[in-house]
Amino acid sequence: MQREVTFAGFGGQGIMTAGKLLALAGMAEGKEVCWIPSYGPEMRGGTAYCTVVVADRLIGSPIVNDPENVFAFNRPSLDKFAPRVRPGGLLVINSSLIDVQSPRHDITQVLVPCNDLANQLKNGRSINIVGLGAFVARSGMVSLEAQRSVLHKEFGRKKGDVLAATLEVFEAGVRAAQGDKETVRA
Amino acid sequence: MPKKLMKGNEALGEAAIVAGAQAYFCYPITPQTEIAEYLAKRMPEVGGVFVQAESELAASQMIFGAAAAGARVFTTSSSPGISLMGEAMSYITAAELPAVFINIMRCGPGLGGILPSQGDYLQAVKGAGHGDYKLLVLAPSTIQEAVDLTIEAFRLADKYRNPVMIIGDGLIGQMMEPVDFESCTKPPRLDCSAWATTGCAGREPHIVKTLFLDPNVLEERNRTLKAKYERMTREEIRFETYCCDPPPDLLFAAYGTTARVVRTAVDHLREEGASVGMFRPISVYPFPDDALRQVAHHPAVRNVLVVEMSMGQMLEDVQSALQGRRPLHFYGRGGGNVPAPEELIDEARKLLGNGHGGKR
Repeated sequence: MQREVTFAGFGGQGIMTAGKLLALAGMAEGKEVCWIPSYGPEMRGGTAYCTVVVADRLIGSPIVNDPENVFAFNRPSLDKFAPRVRPGGLLVINSSLIDVQSPRHDITQVLVPCNDLANQLKNGRSINIVGLGAFVARSGMVSLEAQRSVLHKEFGRKKGDVLAATLEVFEAGVRAAQGDKETVRA
Repeated sequence: MPKKLMKGNEALGEAAIVAGAQAYFCYPITPQTEIAEYLAKRMPEVGGVFVQAESELAASQMIFGAAAAGARVFTTSSSPGISLMGEAMSYITAAELPAVFINIMRCGPGLGGILPSQGDYLQAVKGAGHGDYKLLVLAPSTIQEAVDLTIEAFRLADKYRNPVMIIGDGLIGQMMEPVDFESCTKPPRLDCSAWATTGCAGREPHIVKTLFLDPNVLEERNRTLKAKYERMTREEIRFETYCCDPPPDLLFAAYGTTARVVRTAVDHLREEGASVGMFRPISVYPFPDDALRQVAHHPAVRNVLVVEMSMGQMLEDVQSALQGRRPLHFYGRGGGNVPAPEELIDEARKLLGNGHGGKR
């Protein structure tokens, strides 16, 4: 069993970090994991994306051209990656910044207003964590438990209320993906 | 220590620390610069030396100097930088000194691009520098294997008093995977008291040199090196076979990241019932000729397909190993493009789908 996701957005949205946190959760579950960044010539403000593979056996090709899941954090990423989602797969759209959906009908699309949710909690920088919460809740690629424990481990050492604030936005993402049926288009 | 999620470049840096590297000289170049970034911090922490040189030429000559003084030493670079280090590799080999070079290959020729490639295979195994010399060359395909082989490289460099090179493509440097350093053991330090230039107070001076104007003396050095390479061929062959028992109808040959893509393609094809397998060289010099022949010359194997991120380099070694006894095919990508499993599945189907028992 192998599962994959491509997180895509622009530089500064925390895309790479979200992917790394997901990979750590996969590791915590005892799975094989691989995190592959987009690395190549990119301009400032251009696209940034990473792919995370979680599997129960040795991971072969680190390059996945038709990922099971895609999370598009901005419009250029939607345009680039929505056509690549494997039929039957999941496309999560950051509806705060993207006002369209993919015309495809062979995938599930979920809208999560990451920026709005993060801003409501006065944690505008953490849209990646909102997205991570929504993605994990919706995809089940790793367990919510494993993901929460990774957040505790990674943010627990930081000063002040960083951990509490991070968990707060994470749970907001979880609720957004689980609750609001209107955001789902089959 | 539990497994740690690490970027390949950082893991390579830590592997050198675990191996007891005392000095590291480098010049930054994508896609391996994180090794230098990591070691700029780590080397001083373990009492080692880190110098960012003014160029790859300088870095590689610093390696020569430190190795002559008996230090466990290495450098890292990427393709264009490695070309500049070719001269030093030849000198270090001539002087019979241990050193480790890591090449995180990017696409070329020329300045090329910064994306992954396997275009420096021939440079690595046949020689970047001049003269009659060889490097022992190892090619990892996962981050864990890159760590294990890097540590092993320091041991082998000491064993042969010859430079050892690790070749990884850009993905090996840039990916993150879980790595375990716990099972790694630090190779014992070579006794260099008989030749290292450590100060000659109270003893005869040690001289490290590469100029031998007497043809018989130089030929003797050539024969010594030849004997080393023959010993490497006897003792250092490393390879992996995947789904080769029983031998498959179609045998892939690939190394490094490409071998992982092949592995995925092999899994898919076998699910369809196709008879396919893979031979993966890990030591690419010395090349596992005999081991490859043992699989490929089995009567069941009808075709061999070499896959590389180049226009065909390891292909030459496979060709030489197979001695023309099996039809040899090639699929290569360049420019920094990594082949997708689907491309390889299509290539394989062309070779399997001619009604001659592609199915098991």
